[in-house]
Amino acid sequence: MSVAVARPRANWAEPVRMLASRTVTLSLVELQKLRSDYTELITRMAQPVLWLLVFGQIFNRIRAIPTGNLSYLAYLTPGILAQSALFVAIFLGIQIIWDRDAGILTKVMVTPTPRAAIVLAKAFAAGVRGLAPVVVLVPVALLLGVAITINPLKLLGAAVALMLGAGFFACLSMAIAGVAQTRDRLMGIGQLMTMPLFFASNALYPIDIMPGWLRVISQVNPLTYLVNALRGLLVGAEANLWVDFGVLVGAAVVGIVGAASLLGKLVR
Amino acid sequence: MSELASESMAQHEQRSGVLQNARDPMLALECSGLVHRFGDTVAVDHLDLRIQAGEVFGLLGPNGAGKTTTIRVLNTLLPVQEGSVRVFGLDVRRRATDVRRQLGYVPQQLSIEAALTGRQNVMWFARLFDVPRAERRARVDEALAAMDLLAVADRRAGTYSGGMIRRLELAQALVNHPALLVLDEPTVGLDPIARAGVWERVRQMRADYGMTVLLTTHYMDEADELCDVVALMHRGRLQVVGSPAALRADIGPDATLDDVFRRYAGTKLVATEEQGGLRDVRRSRTTARKLG
Repeated sequence: MSVAVARPRANWAEPVRMLASRTVTLSLVELQKLRSDYTELITRMAQPVLWLLVFGQIFNRIRAIPTGNLSYLAYLTPGILAQSALFVAIFLGIQIIWDRDAGILTKVMVTPTPRAAIVLAKAFAAGVRGLAPVVVLVPVALLLGVAITINPLKLLGAAVALMLGAGFFACLSMAIAGVAQTRDRLMGIGQLMTMPLFFASNALYPIDIMPGWLRVISQVNPLTYLVNALRGLLVGAEANLWVDFGVLVGAAVVGIVGAASLLGKLVR
Repeated sequence: MSELASESMAQHEQRSGVLQNARDPMLALECSGLVHRFGDTVAVDHLDLRIQAGEVFGLLGPNGAGKTTTIRVLNTLLPVQEGSVRVFGLDVRRRATDVRRQLGYVPQQLSIEAALTGRQNVMWFARLFDVPRAERRARVDEALAAMDLLAVADRRAGTYSGGMIRRLELAQALVNHPALLVLDEPTVGLDPIARAGVWERVRQMRADYGMTVLLTTHYMDEADELCDVVALMHRGRLQVVGSPAALRADIGPDATLDDVFRRYAGTKLVATEEQGGLRDVRRSRTTARKLG
């Protein structure tokens, strides 16, 4: 058996190694869970396609929304990808409450695992779920005549942006879970937040046509920066990618720290 | 506390070598003056507890006695509000990560990832405990074999029976070769055969690895069967500590641990809702539902 004596104090690299190692381990578990049941991923692919085929087609014909040089379908496609990531991630806190109720979270928290690793793995799982619609939406958009880039670097950049955005919203959801404590409360709060986050962004229409107060909210909404980055990378819209990625990375870091610090409340 | 309780505790303290240095590495657990409150409710009230390395120690008591709170403090889930807790000399407050390396923990609820296979469930914990890559596969197989689960290791854990799930959880805890194995109501909701299976494995784990075991239980026969020492808590306080045989002998020639329990915990139902009684009921229901 292991010798029960105090280990020497870890050096500065040990916490980083532990965070990386545990994040990889827990992310692998999340992937194994997803692989055991594809149903969730498949169902998540359907809704964005409906948005593009129904909402997108109609508004493309109406031509009521000024989208510059882009067709409305080209303008909307990145917005729908971002919206899918938001919808997937904002309810991810329910999963962590479920893990708490099932005793799994407690058991993991009694192992030498940094809480940030638990949060990061869940954020990763949200990112993977957020990426799933890309597989269907991009070919459908191409079939509808949307000129989406096939540059692999830009596609990779878009995937990273989606992972960061989904990760942030997942962390936000887990932080709320730490306060809300129950699935029912989290469902209510999630629904309350989804609509303002979605409509106070540039996912469906440009910020320029918003009233002043909504424009302010839109500019502090990370979803706006996710949409900007996706539009810049996928359909060649004008974008400041440094700012967009800077905001997404900053929001993800704040989200991880916030969610990790509130995670302990779930098991008390 | 009654005179008898004081005597029993004194005997235990003498046997446990309480007069040793507080950081004696032979002490697996040392709680001193531990107090834990939930709002105005005192769940653990000035608890002093010492567990010798290598012994199987049973923490008994009615619902709301403070057993689970004590366990959640020592396994770092709850903060040490007042007093001190050391696990193999490591201060739980200051060295939480190092303490966790020494622990194997099986909670009251049956808690495995049903979508993963038995082997994946154990491998996951081997990685979380930094079992070296070269040894990992062998250690996972060893833990599964010790729990008689090797033959079904590649089946989804969701298809396991309640007893098999509990053994899988023991395998998850064992893969780390923990110095202190903490079992919170390990056989709640299990049928008599599955219970006996768990007992047998706990005894075997102790014999093979010499680990210290701390378990909570409501089953007095379980405590009698497994434990070298039992401590009875009631309303957050320690009432009596001693070997099951000594405690029984203190009551009378034909006394059982049930009699000891009744003597120190009383025969009346206590209002436990404030102390987590409702939560206990919910957990038991969850466990029962999982067992079908």
